[in-house]
Amino acid sequence: MSAAHIVISNVGKVFKTAERDVVALQDINLEIPQGQFVCLLGPSGCGKSTLLNAVAGFAPPTSGNIVADGQVVTAPGPERGMVFQEYALFPWMTVADNIGFGLEIKGMAKPEIAAVVDKLLKMLSLQDFRNRFPKDLSGGMRQRVAIARVLALDSPIMLMDEPFGALDALTRRNLQDELLRIWAELKKTIIFVTHSIEEAIYLADRIVVMTYRPGTVKRDIIVDLPRLRDPASAEFNALKRELGQLVMEEQQRHHNDELRMAAVD
Amino acid sequence: MAGASSWRQAGVGLVVPAVLIALWQASAMLGWVNPQVLPSPVAVVAKWVEYLLPLMPHDPATQSWLAWAFSGELIIDSIGSLYRVVVGFLIGAGLALPLGLAMGASQRVYDWFNVLIQMVRPIPPIAYIPLSMLWFGLGNPPAIFLIVLGAFFPVLMNTIAGVRQVDGIYLRAARNLGASGSTMFLRVILPAAVPYILSGVRIGIGTAFIVVIVAEMVAVNNGLGFRILEAREYFWSDKIIAGMISIGLIGLAIDVGMNKLNNHLLRWHRGLEN
Repeated sequence: MSAAHIVISNVGKVFKTAERDVVALQDINLEIPQGQFVCLLGPSGCGKSTLLNAVAGFAPPTSGNIVADGQVVTAPGPERGMVFQEYALFPWMTVADNIGFGLEIKGMAKPEIAAVVDKLLKMLSLQDFRNRFPKDLSGGMRQRVAIARVLALDSPIMLMDEPFGALDALTRRNLQDELLRIWAELKKTIIFVTHSIEEAIYLADRIVVMTYRPGTVKRDIIVDLPRLRDPASAEFNALKRELGQLVMEEQQRHHNDELRMAAVD
Repeated sequence: MAGASSWRQAGVGLVVPAVLIALWQASAMLGWVNPQVLPSPVAVVAKWVEYLLPLMPHDPATQSWLAWAFSGELIIDSIGSLYRVVVGFLIGAGLALPLGLAMGASQRVYDWFNVLIQMVRPIPPIAYIPLSMLWFGLGNPPAIFLIVLGAFFPVLMNTIAGVRQVDGIYLRAARNLGASGSTMFLRVILPAAVPYILSGVRIGIGTAFIVVIVAEMVAVNNGLGFRILEAREYFWSDKIIAGMISIGLIGLAIDVGMNKLNNHLLRWHRGLEN
């Protein structure tokens, strides 16, 4: 394995509210090698999206630091492209313009942008949607465009925040397979946030299970099942059972906390 | 299919006006109302046609056919009114748009101007008539000044709101792609604000149209507003109504045009699937 591509050192994040301080992340240490597909798994409130946003540079940690591709992360940038659950496509731009926007910002010439866009439209089976607006696309198609938009940046790191969370089960599996195919081809380092245990096992090289408040690393597991993985296989299900227990412990803490908060109010 | 149902819709929409006009005509023919007070619809239409057509017979020696065809009083008046609306609106919106964008984007600019604007905004443009005549005399300048005021505030307020409501997810996505400064503003914030800005433009044009009629009644000696007030002095109630109908038709045409522009500029917008 090559040297670590993303190094998360002693990262903590505290959200200050009027009533109290919420410790969203505490003492997170992760070293992610080049080309690894990592899933951050946990119930809502475990800080997995907070950690992803810190790596993206949207919300810097309150302690510790993150080094990505040799650079300390201080702000968002195209070297860490993000795919959002809400797609976040620009509705006033066509599919092709959305995909090419990052390159336009970089100042690339129009014919070159068109060539990259063509390649990506083909890679994600979007050729027929080139001049459509996002409103005319299904959720699955929109997320394909969002993935293409990040791939256009040609960044070595790809961040994904529950990207398939809003899709139906079949579209979701379809896009998971596409993502695995693209990842195998392009060798990106991927951090993928999900609360679906099955999705994590299906996709990841490595699963980081996080605890509910404060968010810490509860378990860090390497998944070495061969791909494409069969969700009906015994190994898959053994892992699913094990992870299910870990996640449900945290979910239970989340639930108890909600009840406690409600009682205080 | 869509064509047939839209024709039917248009047909249904004509029933009530037709009944009202029939009632109006009947009351005129039966002598229920004094024709000085309310002339019959037929008389109004006859007056409208007369108002539309050229006053003089065509003389090929002095005038081209086209110039003659457009020499009717109604056409001259309409062009005069529209000219003032267009010029006033363009100036008003042209001032409001950059200020609105700046106020929406920067809290500091907003704080600088907001109190002033909130104090001036409730003053109706009509209240500026005396000042406008003191400052600009008679004719186009005071009328255009009033229209500028009428168009300015709706466009300003909606532009501010439009910039402020831009969904944070677009800003995050754009920053992630490396956008900043003018790219962020021109390619993300401005287009995201367009739906709001356009509804401000629409209100602004409506206000401009109201203001032009009033301005012409007071400070200008042509235009549709001037003409209907002039007709009152001669007790030409048929001409008053013919002028009012012309105002309505032009307003309708502006609205249809705005709708087309809206649909084109917002063809990406989710609310407008057809």
